[in-house]
Amino acid sequence: MAEKPRTPGFETLAIHAGASPDPATGARSTPIYQTTAYVFDDVDHAASLFNLQTYGYIYSRLTNPTVSVLEERVAALEGGRGAIAVASGHAAQMLAFFSFMEPGDQFLASNKLYGGSITQFGRSFKKFGWECVFVDADDPENFRRALTPRCKAIFVETLSNPTGVVVDLERIAGIAHEAGLLFIVDNTMASPWLCRPMRWGADLVIHSTTKFLSGHGNAMGGVVVDSGRFDWAQNDKFASLTQPEPAYHGLRFYETFGDLALTVHGHAVGLRDLGATMAPLNAFLTITGIETLPLRMERHVQNAQQVAEQLASHPAVSWVAYAGLPSNPYHALARKYLPKGAGSVFTFGVKGGYDAGVALVEGVELFSHLANVGDTRSLIIHPASTTHRQLTEEQQIAAGAGPDVVRLSIGIESVADIIADLDQALNKTKRA
Amino acid sequence: MDHDQYADEYLRRILSSVRTIAMVGASEHWNRPSFFAMKYLQDKGYRVIPVNPQAKGGEILGETVYRTLAEVPVKIDMVDIFRRAEAVPEILDEAIALGAKVVWMQLGVRHDEAARKAEAAGLTVVMNRCPKIEYSRLNGELAWSGVNTGIISSKRRKL
Ligand SMILES: Cc1ncc(COP(=O)(O)O)c(C=O)c1O
Repeated sequence: MAEKPRTPGFETLAIHAGASPDPATGARSTPIYQTTAYVFDDVDHAASLFNLQTYGYIYSRLTNPTVSVLEERVAALEGGRGAIAVASGHAAQMLAFFSFMEPGDQFLASNKLYGGSITQFGRSFKKFGWECVFVDADDPENFRRALTPRCKAIFVETLSNPTGVVVDLERIAGIAHEAGLLFIVDNTMASPWLCRPMRWGADLVIHSTTKFLSGHGNAMGGVVVDSGRFDWAQNDKFASLTQPEPAYHGLRFYETFGDLALTVHGHAVGLRDLGATMAPLNAFLTITGIETLPLRMERHVQNAQQVAEQLASHPAVSWVAYAGLPSNPYHALARKYLPKGAGSVFTFGVKGGYDAGVALVEGVELFSHLANVGDTRSLIIHPASTTHRQLTEEQQIAAGAGPDVVRLSIGIESVADIIADLDQALNKTKRA
Repeated sequence: MDHDQYADEYLRRILSSVRTIAMVGASEHWNRPSFFAMKYLQDKGYRVIPVNPQAKGGEILGETVYRTLAEVPVKIDMVDIFRRAEAVPEILDEAIALGAKVVWMQLGVRHDEAARKAEAAGLTVVMNRCPKIEYSRLNGELAWSGVNTGIISSKRRKL
């Protein structure tokens, strides 16, 4: 057959995926559907919608046309089958685990994660009876050693926040799949422009869209993307997708929706009951942000590489942990998984410890001192005194957030200005 | 014919050319996948005739259930198969005998040898796909559920 499906390039998908002109009005930019609910044609139509027998909008806690565009956009960029957008990155993690975890179940996670994720998994998830076992991911075999029969999934960050650790996605995926487990990757720090984890075996990809996807520091959000390739029926671990769902009169999601099972479940059960819906305005801002993701990421990594190189030779700096530097222990993994650049978030050690770290974040003038990453603006934080202060000192050090650690998120301003600001603030630390 | 991937145009042509579909393996239970597909296709204007060898007469969604394809009294354009792959060759022989133009095997159903035979007899074949999902994907409805439809278009789609 001559007709071969053509796959559009990443830049084309970033602008067009999910966003044909509005069918009702022809509006070219995606309209913000600021509505809570949608009228039914008649009672039979309503029944079909509630039974999941037809497609359509019921109530914006479940689905909304503006949010759907974002879902399709991110699913396309990650090479997934479908996606569920939610109110934040943490809500995305909550929804992803909620879709298959039961009380008494376990999952394994890298011990080098965003501090908020360590707290969410290690503390709050316990209240649901979900146990997270943290593992040093530098040796992927550690995951195999930690496996138990109650284990259902493995979770890692492509590029960890804030340590900049790169994990061996392909090997960890192999270990997960041999054991019949789901492999979940938080791709927030890399963005799909730098790495597409599904290519290396990820079954679910999570994003805090708050970061690079939205890109402008103006909208909270999260997304769960499903590859559609996981066989939920290969063992008896994923009953919520393979067994009859009482709230839908015994419907089985996997049998009925095939590779769309998780995407449908995430809306029809996950958002219905967890309620962490993304606001249409936030979806709109994020869709708009994604249009320029490739250009922004190109500049983010270019600037980050230059700043990291400058810092590495700065007299007030004791070490720089950026996988883009050849001396970094994760450089080889970064070249495999992040060939276009090792992201723009990294840490370095300031000579003088905790006090020098505090003096630095208070001395900057261009960098913004705040708890976020992935903004157009350059950002700085001293994790030990802020994001990671809930952790014990032992956990802080394990998470790469010891007293001398400063985290940067390099923006897309003129690189000379970024470097000059750090330089003047670092010179102040010597006087601190 | 490559049955791993289908071009959108191929599926679009099938779905816009057929009107009457015999659904083999149709279930009377509303929470079964075949019931979902039948109801959806009816809503989109197709006539769907349920066929089920276990059926003892009766109706599904207002249509009489027949035990075999041969018993169906109207002309069938497409046979949609909701049965295990082992049952496919026999159903295909019946479909060829009836003069159906298309045979469509549901998600998870694939039989390459039978498909080649049907194609040699002039039929168009789709395997391991759901007509409900493909219809809704191609007309944009599936995107309402957060699904990656693979459709990129600067044209306003027809509702
Ligand atoms: C890697 C990573 N995952 C998840 C989150 C949580 O996302 P949100 O703040 O959108 O809930 C963050 C936030 O900093 C993050 O950096």
